[in-house]
Amino acid sequence: MVTSTLAVQSQPIADSLAHSKKIVNDFSIQIATVNGSGSQSANSILLRSIFNMGVPVSGKNLFPSNIAGMPTWFVIRVNRHGWVARKNEIDLLIAINLESVEEDIRTLPTGGSVIYDEAFNLTDLRSDLTYYPVPFDRLVAATGAEMKVRKLIKNMVYVGVAAQLLSIDLKGLESIVRKQFSKKTAVADLNWNAVQLGFDYAASTLTKQDPLVVEPMNATQGKIIIDGNAAAAMGALFAGVTVVGWYPITPSTSIVEDLIKYLKQYRVEKDGKASFAVVQAEDELAAIGMVLGAGWAGARSMTATSGPGISLMAEFAGLGYFAEIPGVIFDVQRTGPSTGLPTRTAQGDIRSIAGLSHGDTKHVLLLPGSVKECFEFGIQAFDLAEQLQTPIFVLLDLDLGMNNWMSEPFVYPEKPINRGKVLNAKQLEELGGFSRYKDVDGDGIAYRTIPGTDHPSAAYFTRGTGKNEKALYSERPEVYQDNMERLVRKFETAKTLVPKPILDGSGKQKIGIIAYGTSDCAVLESRDQLERESKIATDYLRVRAYPFTQEVDEFVARHETVYVVEQNRDGQLLNLLKIDLDPAYATKLHSITHYNGLPIDARSVTKAIASHEGANK
Amino acid sequence: MSTTPVSSAPAKTNSIGLQILDYRGSKSTLCAGCGHNAVAERLLEAFYEMGVQPERIMKISGIGCSSKSLAYFMSRSFSFNSVHGRMPSVATGALLANKTMRAIGVSGDGDTASIGMGQFVHLLRRNVPMIYILEDNGVYGLTKGQFSATADIGSKLKTGVVNDLPPIDVCALAIQMGATFVGRSFSGDKKQLSAMLKAAIAHKGTVLLDIISPCVTFNDHDGSTKSYKYMKEHDELVNETGFIASHEDIAVEYDPNTTVDVQLHDGSHLRLRKLHEDYTPTDKAGAVNMLMETHEKGEVLTGVFYVNTQELDFASRLNMVDDPLSTLSADRVRPSREVLAELMQAQS
Ligand SMILES: Cc1ncc(C[n+]2csc(CCOP(=O)(O)OP(=O)(O)O)c2C)c(N)n1
Ligand code: SF4
Ligand SMILES: [Mg+2]
Repeated sequence: MVTSTLAVQSQPIADSLAHSKKIVNDFSIQIATVNGSGSQSANSILLRSIFNMGVPVSGKNLFPSNIAGMPTWFVIRVNRHGWVARKNEIDLLIAINLESVEEDIRTLPTGGSVIYDEAFNLTDLRSDLTYYPVPFDRLVAATGAEMKVRKLIKNMVYVGVAAQLLSIDLKGLESIVRKQFSKKTAVADLNWNAVQLGFDYAASTLTKQDPLVVEPMNATQGKIIIDGNAAAAMGALFAGVTVVGWYPITPSTSIVEDLIKYLKQYRVEKDGKASFAVVQAEDELAAIGMVLGAGWAGARSMTATSGPGISLMAEFAGLGYFAEIPGVIFDVQRTGPSTGLPTRTAQGDIRSIAGLSHGDTKHVLLLPGSVKECFEFGIQAFDLAEQLQTPIFVLLDLDLGMNNWMSEPFVYPEKPINRGKVLNAKQLEELGGFSRYKDVDGDGIAYRTIPGTDHPSAAYFTRGTGKNEKALYSERPEVYQDNMERLVRKFETAKTLVPKPILDGSGKQKIGIIAYGTSDCAVLESRDQLERESKIATDYLRVRAYPFTQEVDEFVARHETVYVVEQNRDGQLLNLLKIDLDPAYATKLHSITHYNGLPIDARSVTKAIASHEGANK
Repeated sequence: MSTTPVSSAPAKTNSIGLQILDYRGSKSTLCAGCGHNAVAERLLEAFYEMGVQPERIMKISGIGCSSKSLAYFMSRSFSFNSVHGRMPSVATGALLANKTMRAIGVSGDGDTASIGMGQFVHLLRRNVPMIYILEDNGVYGLTKGQFSATADIGSKLKTGVVNDLPPIDVCALAIQMGATFVGRSFSGDKKQLSAMLKAAIAHKGTVLLDIISPCVTFNDHDGSTKSYKYMKEHDELVNETGFIASHEDIAVEYDPNTTVDVQLHDGSHLRLRKLHEDYTPTDKAGAVNMLMETHEKGEVLTGVFYVNTQELDFASRLNMVDDPLSTLSADRVRPSREVLAELMQAQS
């Protein structure tokens, strides 16, 4: 048994010493478990217990493409400044998985600490760590839990141990546990009992030697914690989505699964009938086909997918662009190419989606950078799809979609639903008919009718082939070209409707940074590091849509050097900028990429910029 | 309006006061004599005769000569010529958006039985309420005459190439997959096709009609099993299809020993006079068996093979509100402030 050795190792050092090195609300916890062991609720309880103490937190699930048995990690970052990006250094490891424990221990920085199952033989591995052995099996047995739930109960024990060591408020913790298991008191009691046993064990047997402490703050009051997929699903709900065609794929699946829950709860009318239709399609080709069929027939339709699904949707995406049919496609990006790292994050689809399909296809993309924007853009996407009569792609990534983020509560949409240029029977009568593809208003957007409109001149022929303004087949060179030019005008109009980028900084620095999506949190923190550590002042423009608006052009024009930070190998956003902006700006753009499957961290960005700036001097 | 007495004979109209002209489409650009032209003609006549408002119809197709033919009938209906092999999903989406519309899909044997096979079987499985017309010529007309997957073994192309793979019998497949009205006809058999189309309009659920529709340009020669000549020689009627619309007098006598009467969803009647021994069109296994057997014998069996009026169609299964989803007012699709507050509370 290793217990005795460990007992020696965990002899108390002078209490005062431990105190003087106290690190308050600024550390990372990594929980290493086995996939399928049900640690998710325990992890989220731990996360929320810190959040409820008013301390900023973020939680990231690093999981394998596997249902059960492989190692999985959950990383909680506690940060009093509100930095929520992943950080590389882990300060406290909770090691429950024998398979990954050696490597997990090896990656800890000197001075790190480990809560672990005492059955693991770890002490020889490193001598510069603090070890907290816990007899999990004994404690779990003491709860009286049945055999089949012991795996789950074990997770609650480590919550208790960690809570004690980190000074997490026990009362608050109890209320979270009870909320989590509110459906069954007996289950709640069992779980809470396990937390308490862990807590008491730590209090009576372990001696606090590490400096990590959670102390109450005031920084999370009124905030919520939610993942981006749920937020996007809520967006679709409040956008008034009516038809959903989808095919399951990680990491997008929970958008539709959450949406189904919300629809069943909030969109079934008094007579028990649904104001929506959700179809699990046979594949993504069918999913997008249903979306376009429904959008054409007047529904607010959507699908959600990830890289491989996007590839399959390419032909239909071109049809949607060219035949001008509304629809919303949420793409929760994962690491490619091909199946890639299916449960890891990336921003690798932006380039292919911008021009998804053959020919001169161009799409409108919304790029939410927070869960709040997942909600807001989730709503706006449906308005834009109908205003612009084209598929709108909303790009999340696994990190944003599946991880927990703090946020201000979402705000109810004040703008009424905008269904775009649709003619009804009365208007058709007054106008004496219409031309489906005629640019009446000069903005490139023509008027459409909805199938079923009761007027003899309401119908038109929708096709993916060349056509004239009256939607009749045409191969005439000038007719084709005029139509393509109108689509360019429409794309210009899109620039005036999509969310504008957000500038952070005075706007007067020489160095600029451009990023989008989840790179935001790393860039924000990195700018702080650059400023403090290297006196490098930057301006930052967070792009929120494609096509790029005027502000993007101006930002690049105004800065001497512009770092484009993104999570893919090839600098896809940078390449889009090169194509779309003045070619003279190309030499100003420098690519900073992060593409190992893990969420981008601030330090990587800081190092890259600092070294490039240093080299310039 | 003319006041001259010369045109005094009033134009013939249907039950909703429309003329056959109101059901016409653009001028066909298909080859003269192409079977698809005849099918388009029969389709518009059927909708005219059934008195269906053209604005209540959505026509949807994939890609091919057959799919093109959407433009050649009923211009007052809403049309969507989509992408190759994907008509089923587009039609499904459109019907979910507006379940009060009637949908008709037009496809080819290439569009359905090769590239579109995946979507085809799932449409059947769902029993999506629409008429699926497969204009079957055994070749890819639009890409100039390659064999399709419905071409018979031994069938010969003009170039002399002989098909050595077995055909897919889309009717047998459709019956197994869940279509609720399945039949085969021939573009040259006006009487049978018209009756079948009218019955199809009266049915609620997936109607799959495999219509042998010869390609005069690439597959109408000796050695082809999808030519006009071959059909005239080998067409074997399983039953004589009669259709009595709901407004007509159904008191017409029939002999229950030789004729099956099926009441369709809109109250009209399908009268099938048996020409084959021991066969009832409501027997799934029997229908599939019969198709297998006649195939062995080298006959091209036509007629209504299978009807099931009991099965729920996909739109009904989803239990949607009565109004089309496409036109629901904002207050029915955007939940209240209180709902958002409740959701936010749950995340805090
Ligand atoms: C994705 C794709 N692949 C290939 C084609 C080329 N193509 C057009 S029509 C067709 C076959 C059509 O055959 P069928 O459905 O039998 O129609 P028919 O012309 O015989 O009526 C093919 C292969 C295409 N349009 N799209
Ligand atoms: S090529 Fe064949 S299928 Fe196409 S229009 Fe001509 S005859 Fe019809
Ligand atoms: Mg064909």
